[in-house]
This record gives sequence, structure tokens and C-alpha cells, in this order.
Amino acid sequence: MKSKLGHFLAFLLLFFFAIVFLIPIFIVLLNSFKSKFSISQTPFVLPTEDTFVGIENYITGINNTGFPSAFFWSLFVTVFSVAVIVIFTSMTAWYIVRVKAKFTSFMYYLFVFSMIVPFQMVMFTMSKIANILALDNPYGLIIIYLGFGSGLSVFMFSGFIKSVPLGIEEAATIDGCNPLQTFWLIVFPILKPTAITVAILNTMWIWNDYLLPYLVIGSDYKTIPIAVQYLKGGYGSIDMGALMAMLVLAILPVVIFYLSCQKYIIKGVAAGAVKG
Amino acid sequence: MNKTIKRWFPIFVLPTLIAFLIAFLIPFIMGLYLSFCDFRTVTDAQFTGITNYIRAFSDNNEFINSLWFTVKFAVVSVISINIFAFLLALMLTKSIRGTNVFRTVFFMPNLIGGIVLGYIWQLIINGVLYRFGYAITSNPTFGYWGLVILMNWQMIGYMMIIYIAGLQNIPNDVLEAAKVDGATPFRTLFSITIPSVMPSITICLFLTITNSFKLFDQNLALTAGAPADKTQMVALDIYNTFYGSIGSEGVGQAKAVIFFVIVAVIALLQLYMTRSREVEN
Repeated sequence: MKSKLGHFLAFLLLFFFAIVFLIPIFIVLLNSFKSKFSISQTPFVLPTEDTFVGIENYITGINNTGFPSAFFWSLFVTVFSVAVIVIFTSMTAWYIVRVKAKFTSFMYYLFVFSMIVPFQMVMFTMSKIANILALDNPYGLIIIYLGFGSGLSVFMFSGFIKSVPLGIEEAATIDGCNPLQTFWLIVFPILKPTAITVAILNTMWIWNDYLLPYLVIGSDYKTIPIAVQYLKGGYGSIDMGALMAMLVLAILPVVIFYLSCQKYIIKGVAAGAVKG
Repeated sequence: MNKTIKRWFPIFVLPTLIAFLIAFLIPFIMGLYLSFCDFRTVTDAQFTGITNYIRAFSDNNEFINSLWFTVKFAVVSVISINIFAFLLALMLTKSIRGTNVFRTVFFMPNLIGGIVLGYIWQLIINGVLYRFGYAITSNPTFGYWGLVILMNWQMIGYMMIIYIAGLQNIPNDVLEAAKVDGATPFRTLFSITIPSVMPSITICLFLTITNSFKLFDQNLALTAGAPADKTQMVALDIYNTFYGSIGSEGVGQAKAVIFFVIVAVIALLQLYMTRSREVEN
């Protein structure tokens, strides 16, 4: 009986917290349908007949930021960077673990080291080098993400590969597989859970990243975070209505992605933390 | 076996290695060197010794202020995030109805980007403060607590997931044995539960400390340092030193090196603590 009451109280408390967690997003949604002058001062008031403007804010916002193209570039950069990261860092990690030599363990430590270096340390020099090498476009950005994301990804893949038994790979070699076939036909399928974790952690990072793409590309090709920040004019003036609409449009794809692969995301985050 | 694979270096390693050199290693080494130089772009560097490091502290107080602001922010956020996350995890592992829905809701803010988070909370905090005739930029205290609330909202769910994983690893018979022996729930929590999830606690502390120190997007969107750069954290101060005025690129790079050393020391301490605990077990 006592425990039943306790459970009920805990449920109420959790319910209260859940409301607190959801309300900010709800308020933004609400305000995205209000006229821009009735947002800053009364954000907690429901739209009335006077303040309701329908989808006007969405139209202004989309026109001012070029949201459809920002969505496209965000998706393009995220999907291809994550694919490239998973493909190349898994191969590199396997090589580093299987080839026991001084240079491979040196490379391993370099990759691990890169994980603790804050972005500010390399942001200036890296964006200049990207400029010089003509990588300052969405395609070059993929190479930059491969380089910058390789630390964590190589580290996580190597941790798992160490527990993969050598016997299977040796059998494949005897059957005539070359290393590339051995890796993709035998090893990679075993690595799948880690590959999903690596993909999810990198997706969360790259999709939301603001400073790196902003410094490398500038505003020629905006991603979603750059488009949102771009709304804020040079002197701090901002169309609140358009901003609210853009916030909703920026959150929407994330929520859809989250709700459709929730199970993998939560598992991946838990697994990633245990290793990281 | 080893030798056959070794010859495949160009396919297995070279692409990653080239990208790693371009995006990280070369910029890192150049950054270290340039912190001792005067430069506008990376090709016109003039060696000036430790001038930049001196200027980082003597040009104005902004670096010291931002460091101090960051430390104050980190201490409060780290403690509050971990307490809330741990409590939520405790409740969610007690077979309450709707656990999955709650977990889903609490984790969601973590997936929203820092810029978007900053503007969401700017709207809400300004809305509340407006009733009292203030805005978030009228007083640094508002910006400070705004950042703390934002960080809590974002990170609690993430840490909760890690704590749940840790709590689920505690064998049930240990908890039952404690119950049979007559341990109070309070005693069980401190003598069994918390010591068993120590690895999770170390991970969560590390993640929250480093994330608090490296915070940038949220800071830029919520206050952008206003008023008068008083709510400016280290990462934003470094950015403004680099790009805010011509002639202080070297100072920005020197600040970045100091920042790197601080973050690296925290990371090494964490590694050391985890290792020594593993030996104990």
C-alpha cells in the first residue's frame, strides 16, 4: 500500500517535470502564429482574433532565410558526412587494431588526443586552411567533418574491434578473401551496433553544428542553425514572428527523426557514454 | 595476416588520415606556433614570443572575467544537472507507468541545436522579466541564470539516460538482501546505489564539466555576452577576440591555447580518476 502511494506521487512528480520540459516548445509553437508585435511582451498569451496571423510568419521567415535550401544543405552535409565517417573511420580503426606496429599505436593516440581539444583551438587556422585548399563549400565540409569527427569514431570502433575474435577473419583469409572483402563481408556486419552508435552521435553533432560550417563556408550556403542566426540583423533587431516560425521549422525535423528512431538514439547515447 | 593488411594502408587509413591532417593536426600545430606570433591571416606570421599571452591578460579584463564567469556557470550547472538527472533516473527505474514516455520527453531537448535553444529561452525569460520591466540583457545575473536553466533543460535528459543504464546494472539480489537486512531506503541509496553507479557519476561529471566549459552556441544566441560582455563565456570571448577586431588574432590564438590546456587538464584528471577507481574494483 505504502509503495503504491509512493509510486503515485512519483508519477505525479514526473508528470509535472514532463510538462515543464515540453512547455517551452509549446510556447514557441503558439507564438509562431501571432503577429510579430505581440510576441516579445506577451509570449504566454494565446493568440486572439487580433493577434492571430495564420502562417504569415512562416512565409516571411522562409523568404528571409531561404529555409528550404538551408534544410537541403543541412540534410546533404549531415547524411554524407555521417556516411563518410562511418565508412572510413571503421576501416581505419580495424587497420589500427589489427596491424600491431609503432606507427599504428601512435596514430591511435593522436586520434584519442584530438577528442579533448576544444574547437576554438583550431577554428581560425582550420578555416584558413579550408579556404586555401578550396574546401570552403558543402562538399569540402564533408572532408572537414571526416577529419574532425575521426577522433571519437576511431576510438569507439577500436574499442569494439578489440573484442572481435581473430579466428573468423583468419578463416576468411584462408578462403581467399582480401582484407577489403574480409572487412566488409565479415567484420563490418559484427560492428553494426557500434556503427549505429557512431552514426547517431555524429548526426546529433553535425546537424546542430553552427560555428564550424559558419566559419568554413560563411553564408553562401546556409545550414539550418546558420539560417536561424542570420535572422538576427546586424544591429540586434529581429523579426520575432519570423524567428518563432523558423524555430518551429528547425525543431520539427529533429522531433520527427527522434520519434522515429528513438530506441536507437537512446541506446546509442547510453553505449557511447560508457565508452567515451 | 598482419603483413597482408599492412599493404592496404592507402585504402584503409589514408583517406581518414588526410582529412585528419587537414581538419585537425595541421591546424592544431599551426595554432600552437601562431600563438607566439603576430598575424592577420595564417601566411604573414611574425614571431613575437609570449607577447600574445601577456596581452591576453593585460589588454583588458575580459579574458579573466569570462574565465571566472565560465567557472561559476560550470559549478552550478554541473551540480544541478547531475542531481536532477540522478533523481529522475531513480524514479524512472522504479517500474512506474509510462516510463518510456517520460524518458522520451526528458531526452528530447538534447537533440535541439544550441542556437535554437538559445532563442527559445530568450523568448521565455524575456517574457517573464517583461512583467517586472526588465529584459535578459539588463542585468548579468539574468543572463547567468538563463544560461544555467537552459543548460539544465538541455543536459538533464542526456545524463538521466546514462544514470538509468548504471542503475539497471545493479543486481537485484543485492538490493533485496539490503531490504531483508532491514536497511532503510535512505541507507540503501547511500551505501549501495550510489557506490554502484560511481562509473556513471564520473562519466556524467566529465561530460557536464567539459560541455559547460565549451558552451558557445547557446551563449551566442541567448545573450551574446550582453550587457557589456559580462555574460560572455570563454569560448565566446575567444571568438570575439579573433573576429571582433583586427590586430588581435594572435591574442585570440593565445587565449585558445590556454583554454585548450584547461580542458585537457580536466580530461586528464577525469581519466586518472576513472583508472584509479578501476584498480580499486
